[in-house]
Amino acid sequence: MSELLDVAMKIVERAAQGERLEVYVATGTETEVRAYHGEVESLTSATTSGVGVRVLVDTPDGARVGFASAGSLAPDVVEAVLASARDNARFATPDEMVAFAEPDGVPRPDLVLEDPSLGSVPTERKIALAVELERAARAKDTRVRQIDEASYGDAIVESALASSTGIRSTARRSMSWLSVAAIANGSGRDQTGYSSSAARGVDGLDVAATADDAVLRATRLLGAAKPDSSHCAIVFDPRVTATLLAVVSSALSGESVTKGRSFFADRLGETVASPLVTLVDDPTDPRHLSSSQADGEGLACRRNVLIDAGVLHGFVFDTVSARRAGTASTGSAVRGGYAGTPSAGCRALALAPGTLGFDEVLAQVGEGVYVQSVTGVHSGVNTISGDFSVGAEGLRITGGALGEPLREMTVASTLQRLLLDVAAVGRDVEWLPGVAAGQTVAIRDAALSGS
Amino acid sequence: MTPATLVDKETADHVLAEALARGGEFAELFCEDKASSFASMDQRRVEEIGSSHERGAGVRVIVGETTGFAHTTDLTERGLLEAARTASSVARSGTRSTTPVALGTLAAHDVRATVVPDDVPKARRVELLEAADDAARATGSSVTQVMVGIGDSRRRILVANSDGTYASDDLVRTRMNVICVASGDTGMQTGFEPIAKTAGFEVFEDEDVPAIATKAARQALSKLEARPAPSGELPIVLAGGSGGILFHEACGHGLEADAILKEASVYAGRVGELVASPLVTLVDDGTMDLEWGALAIDDEGRPAARNVLIEDGVLTDYMWDWLQSRKDGRHSSGNGRRESYQCLPLVRMTNTFLLAGTEDPDEIVAKTPYGIYVAQLSGGQVNTATGDFTFGTSEAYLIENGKLTAPLRDCQLIGNGPEILSRVDAVGTDFAMRPGTCGKDGQSVPVGCGQATMRVTGMTVGGTAQ
Repeated sequence: MSELLDVAMKIVERAAQGERLEVYVATGTETEVRAYHGEVESLTSATTSGVGVRVLVDTPDGARVGFASAGSLAPDVVEAVLASARDNARFATPDEMVAFAEPDGVPRPDLVLEDPSLGSVPTERKIALAVELERAARAKDTRVRQIDEASYGDAIVESALASSTGIRSTARRSMSWLSVAAIANGSGRDQTGYSSSAARGVDGLDVAATADDAVLRATRLLGAAKPDSSHCAIVFDPRVTATLLAVVSSALSGESVTKGRSFFADRLGETVASPLVTLVDDPTDPRHLSSSQADGEGLACRRNVLIDAGVLHGFVFDTVSARRAGTASTGSAVRGGYAGTPSAGCRALALAPGTLGFDEVLAQVGEGVYVQSVTGVHSGVNTISGDFSVGAEGLRITGGALGEPLREMTVASTLQRLLLDVAAVGRDVEWLPGVAAGQTVAIRDAALSGS
Repeated sequence: MTPATLVDKETADHVLAEALARGGEFAELFCEDKASSFASMDQRRVEEIGSSHERGAGVRVIVGETTGFAHTTDLTERGLLEAARTASSVARSGTRSTTPVALGTLAAHDVRATVVPDDVPKARRVELLEAADDAARATGSSVTQVMVGIGDSRRRILVANSDGTYASDDLVRTRMNVICVASGDTGMQTGFEPIAKTAGFEVFEDEDVPAIATKAARQALSKLEARPAPSGELPIVLAGGSGGILFHEACGHGLEADAILKEASVYAGRVGELVASPLVTLVDDGTMDLEWGALAIDDEGRPAARNVLIEDGVLTDYMWDWLQSRKDGRHSSGNGRRESYQCLPLVRMTNTFLLAGTEDPDEIVAKTPYGIYVAQLSGGQVNTATGDFTFGTSEAYLIENGKLTAPLRDCQLIGNGPEILSRVDAVGTDFAMRPGTCGKDGQSVPVGCGQATMRVTGMTVGGTAQ
């Protein structure tokens, strides 16, 4: 048994008569290096640890749950956390649907989520990666006038979850990443390009490709102009697709659906998207950097089909939202570390790849706009109403190929329409950190605002 | 507990000496103890109720252009010395060595909140949630869902550095958010309204909880009748208190000295130049009592200050933290902030606002033949290097012949900072502030934004109407 699980179990054993406990403990080590002008701009190293406790008390009207967390595993801190969680539970409203997860017999997928070599990579090598990233980006193109961020980061996290309902779960994962922002100058104006890459260890990182991508994204926008307003076909870059899928995913959460807060609510079995759209949440697929053996309540992760050839097929549920919906958890509880409580959510989304490569998608679209990046996603996309309006920059598509650069425009539609208007899904899947993988996606028609 | 008890002076002296033992020009110890609580009501059920406690310290060592940083949850002398050694590893090749200035008397800032969270029974929090829920539901039967959150935090910090800075603060923040969903023939619409103050629960004596709940409900209801927003460039009138975020995004971030010194801002090298309409005087003020971005000292121990950034359209100064101000040979403006002890400080805004003008707000609308009236904005985002920024509306109306007519569905507005600032052609008298959360490099901090009703002659509206 892992040492951390032992810590969690010892706290679970403290459960008093009439109460159940669920304890999540985590420890981590992290490094971040930022390079600037060939030197280390900053070097951060740290270890963190923390505990989150949920207390569940049964009453005749249902269960009450209270939560508390702290950034320490010191015994006196744990004691205080337990006391706070108990006190908080006194004020929750009794709810028959509230319960902790119970083991459901689904076996955990066999996944390796850690590159064990990461822990022994010397700091000098991490520094060298950040410095080289900056150098490569500066050297790539004479129009690059500044690299305002070039960084390397990594984290190794170990966690354990135990509960009075028999949950025992541990996880170890590692991640390292590069991130670079380039500023290019031309035609009297600056343009920026951002890129990143991530892997479980440093060997999976490609410095040159990351630097080149950031520089390409900045330089190809040089001379960008604001387009005239129109309605036209839109092609989303894989990274934009991933960002948008992550937003759409909140409307597929069992919690939003059972509470009637999703535009997908009550639409199971209906056509909600183009037949080209098959959307699956599959944390058991090791190609996802966010893949996981167990969910935030300790149940085995599993493959969940959400949209099947355009038809709404299912949602993701944690224990409580599943009870509200009269179904079983899909192993889809997510939690934001020791300070967060579990809730239903997607973890590893991907669209089933289509048959076309990037150039073929452009050729099929013929005339339209390719969107390289979007802004204002958190304020411009509403998963309750479905309203969709984001800032965008990119390139015109003319004659089936990329044309002149465009900036200061918005792309607007509704999420409902966007899904139905999918005209092509690329085969160019990019496995990205975060909730979703991305690929090129063409939309038949959206409103483009400019001058 | 007081901030002074986080770490005693002798320990702080030892830690700073250890941090500079291998070379380096500057060392800093930042200690933090933050206790927070939150509760949320969803459909009249108290579903989430929790509390959190974070306590730790970060040690920073600066050697030439390089910063070394380590943080720990171990506030014993042994734990802090270990963090100091880790942070100072960047100084291994450093030859210069500085002797820290001995710490003097602690510049302590006592808690200003009247009703601190610990003294408020949890039952009182539940009462406040219920009051908001009742008011929102009473607004109309089409209000089908109400979610209310209440939260508070008490954050004690202590900063000691090798320049002799030795200061502490004890800050209480309290907030409430109401989200309403209204349902109608056209689907669902949402409304949102916050209260957030740098104060204790006394805010609920002054701030009208039912009033904000009603406002959130009305916002959702009004949008049930909304039509798609137009697309293209149109005049925009921003209601007082709704649009301070425009300045936060359009120029605030671009006036942060880290972006300036890296020449990653369109405002670099432009002090003394006209960068905005003469109607624009922009101020960042951490001393604005009670506002969401208020502080006694920043997270580098520097007293909060009122800084004029743009005066009558002319760029007067940027915002500075310790590191950036050192590079420029000047003092920090009190804008060094960090999300927690686990983060390096960055140049950040506090309360940023446009000074009120002289026009009657109603007249500004009346003198607009056609355009968009934005009653409330949601979040925004900016690219400081290009100046391009966006923000979303959460309540907007069409202006036709000087009158508000149809409500509009949520949409994004997009513009370029320097261009939009030059297009401000009217500023009203009805100044108001609004709280927000600002994200930068993955760190979130509370900020305030403010302005009076104002007009921008043209801005791109990202609607769907032809």
